[in-house]
Amino acid sequence: MAYKNFALVCAGTGCHSTDGQEIYDNLIASAEKHGVSGDVQVVKTGCFGFCEQGPIVKVLPEESFYVKVKATDAEEIIAEHIVKGRAVDRLLYKEPGSKTAGKIEDMGFYQKQLRIVLRNCGLINPENIEEYIAREGYQALGKVLTEMTPEDVINELKTSALRGRGGAGFPTWMKWNFTKQVDGVDKKFVVCNADEGDPGAYMDRSTLEGDPHSVIEAMAIAARTIGADQGYIYIRAEYPLAIERLEIAMKQAREFGLLGDGILGTDFNFDIEIRLGAGAFVCGEETALLASIEGERGIPRPRPPFPAVKGLWGRPTLINNVETLANIPMIILKGGEWFASIGTKDSKGTKVFALTGKINNSGLIEVPMGTTLREIIYDIGGGIPNGKKFKAVQSGGPSGGMLTAEHLDTPIDYAGLQALGSMMGSGGLIVMDEDDCIVDVVRFYLEFAVDESCGKCSPCRIGGRKLLNIVERMTAGTATEKDIQNIEDISDAMKKASLCGLGQTTPNPTLSLLRYFKDEMLAHVKDSTCPAGKCKDLVKYTIDAEKCIGCTLCARRCPVGCISGGKRELHVIDQDACIKCGECFTACKFDAVLKG
Amino acid sequence: MADEKLLPMSEGLVAFITEWKKKPGNLIMVLHKVQEEYGYIAGEVAIEVSRMLEVPLAKIYGVATFYHLFTLKKPGKNKIAVCMGTACYLKGAQDLLDELDTILSCKAGEKTADDMFSVAGVRCIGCCGLAPVMTINGKVFGNVKREQLPDLLAPFQNAK
Repeated sequence: MAYKNFALVCAGTGCHSTDGQEIYDNLIASAEKHGVSGDVQVVKTGCFGFCEQGPIVKVLPEESFYVKVKATDAEEIIAEHIVKGRAVDRLLYKEPGSKTAGKIEDMGFYQKQLRIVLRNCGLINPENIEEYIAREGYQALGKVLTEMTPEDVINELKTSALRGRGGAGFPTWMKWNFTKQVDGVDKKFVVCNADEGDPGAYMDRSTLEGDPHSVIEAMAIAARTIGADQGYIYIRAEYPLAIERLEIAMKQAREFGLLGDGILGTDFNFDIEIRLGAGAFVCGEETALLASIEGERGIPRPRPPFPAVKGLWGRPTLINNVETLANIPMIILKGGEWFASIGTKDSKGTKVFALTGKINNSGLIEVPMGTTLREIIYDIGGGIPNGKKFKAVQSGGPSGGMLTAEHLDTPIDYAGLQALGSMMGSGGLIVMDEDDCIVDVVRFYLEFAVDESCGKCSPCRIGGRKLLNIVERMTAGTATEKDIQNIEDISDAMKKASLCGLGQTTPNPTLSLLRYFKDEMLAHVKDSTCPAGKCKDLVKYTIDAEKCIGCTLCARRCPVGCISGGKRELHVIDQDACIKCGECFTACKFDAVLKG
Repeated sequence: MADEKLLPMSEGLVAFITEWKKKPGNLIMVLHKVQEEYGYIAGEVAIEVSRMLEVPLAKIYGVATFYHLFTLKKPGKNKIAVCMGTACYLKGAQDLLDELDTILSCKAGEKTADDMFSVAGVRCIGCCGLAPVMTINGKVFGNVKREQLPDLLAPFQNAK
């Protein structure tokens, strides 16, 4: 049976949780009602990336890109588009300023993207292994099992110069080689780190939801190369959809003889188990992650010995992150040289970013290494909403640092970001505009880091708390200049003496504040003011006598009743009773409430 | 302690624990299952798990209190979670928590006096494109505005 049309419904967490499932059900029901079930195949796919516009439905072959679709729109898509062949214009995506819909490849959001890791996301049904196989799936595993020696695989990875995508950027081939070289042990393990704890990042979740087999295939390739027969995927329990898709994928892979004993008719045995995290950011650190798989508290231990030598239950263990693994099948099929031809001198291939915060096109993107921030924020991201001014972007989450307007033309790669005091991290890019207070954002990150510190080593446990206390004093307007000096000393001690990456990188956002936003920080310290008006303790609301017409709206909205004044009289805010909620500021239609 | 029957454990849970007992590193997986069933890690159940897995109760307490996702307190009937990931924070997640406190007299990490709601600020749930995001009993609400909260809560308040 040949279908005329394909309706691809995004079933990533973002779209899925806002009507995605109902849209899918309604499309199928409407197709049946109109008797066109044989003409259109409705497919649930992984994330299209353009989350800002979700839920998204893409209809092929016309490549109609329907955005912000509601469950009730399904009927019209079938009745108009499928039955009559007329696209539903009101739902089509149109570039800002354009009245007509263009082609998908001309959309600003997609133009500068290059999809290797996300090659199948939004194209195939992740719950159907045959669709993955149809897109060259498991061919790389076949090639590794029948044509390549483990040394060949490692050489290919070496040529590709692939580096770990989880944060630290360690060369992948070296990790594989170290684990492979350990002899005389009864067992080795392959572990996939899917504990994506960085707040504001969801690259790995989308990869697992949209293309789980790419990770399973890569783990099998890794196992064959290093000599393991057991794998674990350690995934956050907060990602139920990704877990479900992985379970379905593993079951299908077993049925197809791609997991289990005698894979593809060879003597290679390998299987995978899923282990759930339970909400501990530190478990993204590899030794803490291993402790957690073992059922213990997720506390890191000193390295060496590295997991490659002594890992899970004391056995050599290879740990790679989701995005790193998803690259591997393509490197095997297309060759290391192809991969190394993309990117910059020290960073090859692509990077997936979760572009969020104050940005028009928030979503999931994949770009070649070396793309500039300007291209990401303005060309792909569509700039800052409401005509606001760009202020900063945080890369690397709570462990990273901030980049400012002067860095917009810096090519993004490992070395470039590190030189600016930030890091690649796992790929969260959080955009801030002029309304955001950097001191407040740093306080947010420190609060997170302090909460997530496991408490084992004192530089992290005490240092993080001390930094937080200082920044809290800043947001309250009680910090002194001595505090600023202390930041540098505490940060230095934490970077040098903390046991794991969490403590070593906790000072980064604070140091960014010192480096790039000193004026804003000094305004908090010396003048007790918050230029962005975010720090509640430093904000004061007053009423402009010239502008107030006495409409009483603010007084009625005030939750604590601290605004006095009758009809057509000047209103006054009782500063002692004011809780600084900002209701009066939002409510006033005459701009008479002043914030500052 | 006497060997009386404590909180009733479902057959499914007993089977799950028996199955996982064979595998190394099973404790976190078992605690997840317990929490799925009861909504929290009840002390009585933890004692039973300790017996079945032959793991000291102190270790179960240690693990359960280390991880944010496990709770030892019984949650309210309806669970409200406000995402406190960075994107949601920037777009006003704290305002949502403050407003919930105003409406329900219930701060993050607590439950209402009538046990109808518990409110939590949670780690990034990965729907950053929809920020700010909150969930009520697992259902996701995106781009939530403070003014919408009374309407969002209404169906759950009436279901008494």
